[in-house]
Amino acid sequence: MPQVPSYWSTLTTPLIRQNPVTLQILGICSALAVTTSLVTALTMSVSLTVVLTLAAGLVSVIRRHIPDTIRLIVQIVIVASLVIVIDQILQAYFAEISRALSVYVGLITTNCLVLGRTEAYARHHPPLPAMVDAFGNGLGYSLILIVIGGLRELLGKGQLLGAQVLPLADAGGWFTPLSLMLLAPSAFFLLGLLVWAVRSLYPAQIEQPEYAPAQLKSPAE
Amino acid sequence: MAGREWNPWRRLLALPNESRAKTVIIAFLVSAVCAALVSSATVVLRPIQTANRAAEEQARIAALVQGIPGMATLLEQSGGTLSTVVINLETGRAATAVTPANLEATLRDQTNWTELDAAQDLAGLGQRPDFAQVFLLRENDRVSLVLLPISGQGYGGRIDAIIALHGDMNTIAGIAVTQHAETPGLGGRIQEASWQGTFPGTALRDENGDMRFEMARGPASTAYEVDGITGATRTGRGVTQMVRFWLGPDGYGPLLDAIQRREF
Repeated sequence: MPQVPSYWSTLTTPLIRQNPVTLQILGICSALAVTTSLVTALTMSVSLTVVLTLAAGLVSVIRRHIPDTIRLIVQIVIVASLVIVIDQILQAYFAEISRALSVYVGLITTNCLVLGRTEAYARHHPPLPAMVDAFGNGLGYSLILIVIGGLRELLGKGQLLGAQVLPLADAGGWFTPLSLMLLAPSAFFLLGLLVWAVRSLYPAQIEQPEYAPAQLKSPAE
Repeated sequence: MAGREWNPWRRLLALPNESRAKTVIIAFLVSAVCAALVSSATVVLRPIQTANRAAEEQARIAALVQGIPGMATLLEQSGGTLSTVVINLETGRAATAVTPANLEATLRDQTNWTELDAAQDLAGLGQRPDFAQVFLLRENDRVSLVLLPISGQGYGGRIDAIIALHGDMNTIAGIAVTQHAETPGLGGRIQEASWQGTFPGTALRDENGDMRFEMARGPASTAYEVDGITGATRTGRGVTQMVRFWLGPDGYGPLLDAIQRREF
């Protein structure tokens, strides 16, 4: 048996050190799209964490009986079904937020983070560690989403969770909202800064440059 | 053999996994379980979702009414409620057999729809229901406001809206977009209050009774125009045609005439 790491470290490693978004750059499509406000970011985080945890549990339960040839399809079917169920629940009980998230809940299906964890971890581990790992990764993803969502809402609208935090210049305060923060590019900037911060903290994560500027070569061919 | 050193029962279970029969059975079982899960979630939650949508529409109607200047006081004077009427679009009179309760069932029957030919079909709908639920506000036995649900083809899909007309049946009192699929940030701005705010006070027809309403290409310049949205030409055309169709002779025209003749 491979040595099973403690649940605690399985849970906490993906929070910052092995964060799926900043280290593996997985699932950033949705991370960019739903972070214009903290509420949508929170809902997306919860949805993804629930889907990821349940999917990891289910895949792990039947891991010994998934034929290798169709394993990806089996995993995607499980994930997609869970996503539809979550989407239906959101539409029923959180109609307002569900409208704000529009297609991105459905896109959890194709979130590389989910498939990455079921494929890389849940398929080889018993249900409990698999679910703990998935939950930890879900939390890591959530952490990034909440940080970016909070920053974008705060700087873009001067609000947090819809409540005015910084007094707007229009209303006699001092804060001028940065409209750029509400547009997609700002999420790239913030995510880039986060990756930089994490990698300054853990220099081991700094990747070797894949490409060095050419040293004056002879013309090719 | 290397295989012997692996966990023996994992190896045991791994072996039949390769067989075609097991592959098919697993695939079938997984799909069956997932299908059951998805279907039951959909069926169980559908009533709540339908109620949500209905509540949302009610909220938009309420917001539309509240947004019209002077409406809140008018409502209070008249007892605070709008009356709901199902009308027959053909005759422009209240429908006798159809009530708001059975309207949905009635419209499921294709015989209660009218096919539109290309010349009539301004809004790109293809067909039009014969019955529609409208909301009226009466003041001293006169209709002082009507709320009319309208719909038409936009750029990204169908646009559903509710338009409010003042008692003269020619001045728009407001509009609320209840559903659309336009491009977010461009045509999608039709759901913004700032755009909808350009509707109140806009007139539909000129003195000769010709329909003049239009969504302008830029800011509105005449009394018959509402502001356009840059980059959303087809949405604009869709809105123009939708309003022209529904408030024209093939839409609510007969009803508006009846109200103007004070027959309602």
